[in-house]
Amino acid sequence: MAYEVVIGVEVHAQLRTQSKLFCACGTIFGLTANSQTCPVCLGLPGTLPVLNEKAVEMAVRAGLAMNGTIGVRNRFARKNYFYPDLPKGYQISQYEAPICENGWIEIAAGGTRKRVRIRRAHLEEDAGKNLHEGGSGMSLVDLNRAGTPLLEIVTEPDLNSSEEVVAYLKSLRELLMYLDVCDGNMEEGSFRCEPNLSLRPVGQKTFGTKVELKNINSFKFVKDAVDFEIKRQTKVLNEGGKIYQETRLWNHERGETAVMRSKEEAHDYRYFPDPDLVPVEISAERIEQLRQGLPELGSAKQQRFIAEHGVPEYDAGILTSNKALSIYFEACVTLYPHPKTVSNWVMGELLRELNHAGIEADASPVTPERLVELLTLVDQGVISLKVAREIFPDVYASGKAPAQIVQDKGLTQVSDEGALVTLIQEVLAKNPAQVRQFKEGKQQVLGFLVGQVMKASGGKANPGKVNDLLKKALG
Amino acid sequence: MSLTLLHKFTLSELQRKFTAGDVTATEIVRAYFLRVTQVEPKVNAYLTQCKEAAFAQAERLDQALKGWRKTTPMMAMPLAVKDNICTEGVRTTCASRMLDRFVPPYDATVVAKLRAQNYLLLGKTNLDEFAMGSSTENSAFGVSRNPWNLQTVPGGSSGGSAVAVAADECVAALGSDTGGSIRQPAAFCGVVGLKPTYGRVSRYGLVAFASSLDQIGPITKDVMDAAILLGAIAGHDPRDSTSANVPVPDYLKALKRKDLKRLKVGVPAEYFADGLDSEVEQAVRTAIDGLRELGADIREIKLPTTDAAVATYYVIATAEASSNLARYDGVKFGLRAAESKDLLDMYLKTRAEGFGPEVKRRIMLGTYVLSAGYYEAYYGKAQAVRTLIRQEFEAAFQTVDLIVTPVTPTTAFKFGEKAQDPLQMYLSDIYTISANLAGLPAIALPCGFSKAGLPIGFQLIGRPFEEETLLRGAHAYEQATHWRTKRPAIR
Repeated sequence: MAYEVVIGVEVHAQLRTQSKLFCACGTIFGLTANSQTCPVCLGLPGTLPVLNEKAVEMAVRAGLAMNGTIGVRNRFARKNYFYPDLPKGYQISQYEAPICENGWIEIAAGGTRKRVRIRRAHLEEDAGKNLHEGGSGMSLVDLNRAGTPLLEIVTEPDLNSSEEVVAYLKSLRELLMYLDVCDGNMEEGSFRCEPNLSLRPVGQKTFGTKVELKNINSFKFVKDAVDFEIKRQTKVLNEGGKIYQETRLWNHERGETAVMRSKEEAHDYRYFPDPDLVPVEISAERIEQLRQGLPELGSAKQQRFIAEHGVPEYDAGILTSNKALSIYFEACVTLYPHPKTVSNWVMGELLRELNHAGIEADASPVTPERLVELLTLVDQGVISLKVAREIFPDVYASGKAPAQIVQDKGLTQVSDEGALVTLIQEVLAKNPAQVRQFKEGKQQVLGFLVGQVMKASGGKANPGKVNDLLKKALG
Repeated sequence: MSLTLLHKFTLSELQRKFTAGDVTATEIVRAYFLRVTQVEPKVNAYLTQCKEAAFAQAERLDQALKGWRKTTPMMAMPLAVKDNICTEGVRTTCASRMLDRFVPPYDATVVAKLRAQNYLLLGKTNLDEFAMGSSTENSAFGVSRNPWNLQTVPGGSSGGSAVAVAADECVAALGSDTGGSIRQPAAFCGVVGLKPTYGRVSRYGLVAFASSLDQIGPITKDVMDAAILLGAIAGHDPRDSTSANVPVPDYLKALKRKDLKRLKVGVPAEYFADGLDSEVEQAVRTAIDGLRELGADIREIKLPTTDAAVATYYVIATAEASSNLARYDGVKFGLRAAESKDLLDMYLKTRAEGFGPEVKRRIMLGTYVLSAGYYEAYYGKAQAVRTLIRQEFEAAFQTVDLIVTPVTPTTAFKFGEKAQDPLQMYLSDIYTISANLAGLPAIALPCGFSKAGLPIGFQLIGRPFEEETLLRGAHAYEQATHWRTKRPAIR
């Protein structure tokens, strides 16, 4: 039978605040265990939470950028459950009145564009981390992360393939990074995603049984996990089996998902309004003020790049898919007003190196100034385009000025007529047949001869000059 | 100055003596610990005594004052603090085995305020475990005894604080009040107990029982002392989001007027219904006559939802408690049961060993009322009733300035009398609970004695943040009567 897959996604994005959601402790990743804690985030008796206003502001900005409705009166609720990494025995979250509802973001996947509805986004505190290391049979708890502000973003079940899930996650991540509210680091857990999916026979209106996937920390694993789960469920259903509502963990080494807990073991979280925190009122004026302060986001920037810089839509899409990259591009264009040339270099040579190194454009060893320097060397005829492409990896790896590398490698283009004429005479002597063909009127042979001269020069000859001199030599 | 007399002073008297230089801090500490040594074996008010630290602090103060005598109001004042209020470096047990050895690395905000004024902490007082109870019988470390009759309970949960004040083991004390835990023991022990408006005093560092109801307040020998101590601890605290940013007035100014002219005082019939002991009723009605004689305009008012207050309270308070007490899991601080085979086993054993029966009962009740399928019927309903109760008080305060009621249905009862019947025990808070549900300030003060010689108190309830009116009414009555001069004969 043919099935349709229905997917919703829950994302936990860590907000880039200096301090935690309810105390003054820092939010730095990777510090010595429990060094970033205080009586409040340790949950010591008698301590009380005080809300971080900055986190609320970031959540509102994210909500607005996701086209959502911002809750005017926000309540925090306690989600009660026991776990060693949860110091108070409850997590402060939002339940009935989330900070953002009914939003949407647009994604592009499989050649089409699609709106993915955001059901809600709410603020909550992160838990700590349990460590089961050393084989001592003991478990240790690190509460450095406990209390870090998270924005939980939940979609409607609007996605229908692993490609769409990845496209959604990439768009959402870029959006949050454009807003500077999340650093998007998936390995450090700043951007965590949990897809849930179900299958139903094509044409059926009701949803099938939903399975939630956890432990996914890269876009590749998202795709692999969702594809695996679609295959698994299809097989179960085709064999007449039943899908159970459960949470499954992705094991990337084995390339499969396995049951973590079933619905029967699901907690009754006993949500109720946290009496330690007063409702947070966000005035319409404040919301409007934050809306006005939103930066130019990806899609708006893409349109502007097309209109202002005249680059093709495809180029504009790639250049604005990432905030740092778009800033890089515009920095280059400011210095070197040939947008299409810049675009080719940024999307080609630069992105290849950045992707390989896994870094963003703002961390590129080749600064916009350096890239423009290289392009200028080509324009000035100092090096050929071919040489420029060849030395780009060196410029990237060494961090040296392009002119320096050209000089060190002796790659300066040969434009000296005497040297070129000598080379041309050698080539003409070696290729009498082609010389004869040219003289008989076959103009196309000229290209071949130019190429031979270029080859003989080790690519350093100035192609324009060679062209002129060859014509002269051939009379 | 004879040391044997010092402990009889009120806070205002002792302040005057100390400021004048008639008595040194060291003499104060010596006198009080002499008294503590004499009566503590009989009453057991303290869980922890801070004798060495108090002497050291007193000596420092006396040394510092030799050159230049500049004092703060609470300087060298010997206070006791209920043992659910955190004190840096001094163990804070909540009278629970769970926190037997818990030493907080921070002061509660109220303690920090007193410390900044160089007060003297004499010790931490006994209570019902985690402030859950009305007799101090639920303490894991033994009962406290009522100094008026050692066979009766001192009330609770701030029983230790009330006893320490009544038995002259401190000049004043801090208690906490969630459903009557300051006022009921104050009434049982013949002293003054004030529960401030919710949000008037910071809860930071008060180990939470029911966060939306808890409030710290003074237990003192007279009304003026309550005004002084409230002034010292009140005010907005950025560390407590529920503390109100309302200026703190000079409460002593409120005591200047000795009459109650043009003060409208309401008497709710619902507070004088079945279950109220006739001796208590008689004393409270006589007190109401006394208020009238002072010029108050006494009026009948209606608070019809009063009969739902106890039920409402025990849903909300236990719901919040079940969550507040989840942190005692054996992982980070406090008790951890030895020999657990896995995580769940550790949780179960730790909580089974660490909590007493009443705490367990309330955690179970609270967990139940919040659970899926029951939430609306219990917690949701209770919140709705709470709103009704608050609205009834708001309506009543349109016509009156104060409401006068009994504090407790009976005088202090005997040990064990209600311990086996939780419902009877819960009903002993029937007159005090509403003020917590509505967040209103209320004061309990003495108005007589039973034939058996046990103190009887009455209660005044005021508008939010109008503690001044409460204090004015209470002070005028107190000064017009002689009850404050009677002290228990214990020695």
